[in-house]
Amino acid sequence: MTELKESMKKARARLKKRHAAETRFKAFGIGALAFAFLCVVMLFTSIISNGYTGFRQTYVQIDVFMDEGIIDPKGDRDEKALRSADYAKIVRQSLYDKFPEVTARRDKRTLANLVSSSAVYDLRDMVLANQAVIGQNLSVWVMASDEVDMLVKDVFKRDEPENTRPITNMEIAWVEKLEAENRVETRFNTNFFVAGDSREPEQAGIRGALIGSALTMLVTLALSFPLGVMAAIYLEEFAPKNKFTHIVEVNINNLAAVPSIVFGLLGLAIFLNLFGMPRSAPIAGGFVLALMTLPTIIIASRAALKSIPPSIMEAAIGVGASKMQAVFHHQLPLALPGILTGTIIGMAQALGETAPLLMIGMVAFIADVPGTPFDPATVLPVQVYLWADSPERAFVEKTSAAIMVLLGFLITMNALAVLLRKKLERRW
Amino acid sequence: MSIKKTLAVAALASVLAAGAAEARDQIRIVGSSTVYPFATSVAETFGKSTSFKTPVIESTGSGGGFKLFCAGVGEEHPDITNASRAVKQSEIERCAKNGVEKITEVKVGYDGIVLANSKQGKPLEITRKQIFLALAKDVPNAEGKLVPNPNQKWSDVDPSLPDIKIEVLGPPPTSGTRDAFAELALEGGCKQFDDIKAMKKTDKKKYKAVCHSVREDGAYIDAGENDNLIIQKLNANPDAFGVFGFSFLDQNSDSVQGSLIDGKAPEFEAIADGSYPVSRPLFFYVKNAHVGQVPGILEYLAEFTADKAWGDEGYLTDKGLIPMPVEERAKYKAAVEALGAGS
Repeated sequence: MTELKESMKKARARLKKRHAAETRFKAFGIGALAFAFLCVVMLFTSIISNGYTGFRQTYVQIDVFMDEGIIDPKGDRDEKALRSADYAKIVRQSLYDKFPEVTARRDKRTLANLVSSSAVYDLRDMVLANQAVIGQNLSVWVMASDEVDMLVKDVFKRDEPENTRPITNMEIAWVEKLEAENRVETRFNTNFFVAGDSREPEQAGIRGALIGSALTMLVTLALSFPLGVMAAIYLEEFAPKNKFTHIVEVNINNLAAVPSIVFGLLGLAIFLNLFGMPRSAPIAGGFVLALMTLPTIIIASRAALKSIPPSIMEAAIGVGASKMQAVFHHQLPLALPGILTGTIIGMAQALGETAPLLMIGMVAFIADVPGTPFDPATVLPVQVYLWADSPERAFVEKTSAAIMVLLGFLITMNALAVLLRKKLERRW
Repeated sequence: MSIKKTLAVAALASVLAAGAAEARDQIRIVGSSTVYPFATSVAETFGKSTSFKTPVIESTGSGGGFKLFCAGVGEEHPDITNASRAVKQSEIERCAKNGVEKITEVKVGYDGIVLANSKQGKPLEITRKQIFLALAKDVPNAEGKLVPNPNQKWSDVDPSLPDIKIEVLGPPPTSGTRDAFAELALEGGCKQFDDIKAMKKTDKKKYKAVCHSVREDGAYIDAGENDNLIIQKLNANPDAFGVFGFSFLDQNSDSVQGSLIDGKAPEFEAIADGSYPVSRPLFFYVKNAHVGQVPGILEYLAEFTADKAWGDEGYLTDKGLIPMPVEERAKYKAAVEALGAGS
């Protein structure tokens, strides 16, 4: 009796221990999840709190006199002369008129930097669009310089002592005078989405990088998806199982683990130097990234093909279909959701790459927005890197804003894939 | 389906071949990351105010720039390379070997290198000799013999310096800024020791090794090429110092302060007149053979050498460039104009 009681007690103790282990394990799991969640929250709050102001831009209203003597001294309305006229002088003059008390040369120069240098091109475009504005007094809204923008957005604090902030009391007084007259306004920064890169933070836009990324991804997809799926089908269904195919398989797996910079070097040696592709172009970038994505797509596609019940193939062959028909009419459509998942993972990786692009010259200052895959272009992560490396303070918010755009691009791409997969998915 | 896709791939390949044969109508520039902010500013203004395309500028570092620049003549090679140091003899030879025989040097202006810390800390006043003693790998001891750097605190170097651990964040060895810092600050302090100075004549190689080697025991920390990162780290740690270019100090004057070196503060005027000891010239090099071949090179050079760009009040000074004296500017401007006349 006592013996039984003793062993019951032992069993209970063991049970308690096992339950405790299970509770501990669950706690670890929850802990890990909570930690991961915290990291994500921290990442997003830091990016969003830094970057949301990047989507807004300060504008200043100035009164300009479109002096014919400056714009078109000859009076013949020659377009070339209109294009190269000294519009900067008009902008400067308007500011000098606004603040007549500023007379020292140095201060005048600071005053002229109150508005962005893009104001000059705004005026030029106005004249080129409508010559009737010449000789008139106009009131125009132009972009504020990055320093004024930082001040209005409260990144540069007004209440700090003058020697510890990058903007002087004099400049603050000017801005406050303009603010009192309702001549300062913060608007949605459309320029950020329509302009290419710029060295002036207020003029810098994401469009060049966005189109560059889209073109590069298009080339990557057009190349790696058909090649990857074909390779997977052949290896999975048609290839004889011998030593040679075994070596190929092992090497595809190896290739998936090769550091991406190596693909960049390969791209430089083969695509640029041997095939003579243009440097810095999305076509070359797409080829390099396609090499990188191929193994991922092949491995995922093979797994997806393998997961289709063999009965489907057997039934198709049983009613007289050729093997190719059986694969393309039955197996492939069923495996497509899995293949798409693999493709998306590969593409998402490729979207975030900068290292291989460094070697083929896509990490560069490119102001013009690319139109074709042969034009020089950069991609979103490269733009993030370049802005993060710039000395101007206003680029901090631009960097975070660009990260948000990159994440948005990624989420759109993934959502598309999830949608496609949902549509194609079938259960047995 | 498979045939269609094969066709698509084939079509892509043929388009590609056609694209590659197209001539280049855009200037390509490579080189130093220090000159990059200035070159990009000029390129952007040039692209906006003329009908030419905006030049493409890659930041490859000075050495990497020369490597690409000297690879040959032809549209697949860059037209201009930026450099934060003068071209080396070995690079000229490399260029010549690949058919790049004539290159034109244009000095752009000056750049100061600063030693800075957070404004929460105390400003530092230091000499180049003390910088050498704090950061070199081997330093002479009391008997004048070279020993691995024993100084752990700034006050070990000199009692007048603060009693805090030596912790300096700076660029990695691949950087031109690091080269210049070693040459100007470390070597500048190093040659103030007579024994080492004498070594320059007897054993030049060893002299260079002693004067240019930065300590590797953790007091000097490679912080990568990103100067913004260094500034962030300085703000987080008021006891640390950082080494970076003047333009970053200029843009972050609210949070960091430059140390006085040999009694001179890193200010615009002091760097411009050469009294601040740690400043270096910046250059770019033009491939003569490309002038007239790639459209826009002369116009780009004209934009760069215009007073409104590199002059005393030009827009490049807003980006932190320290302009050259008037005569020096005239000299390089003339060289650029001669390039146009010659072709």
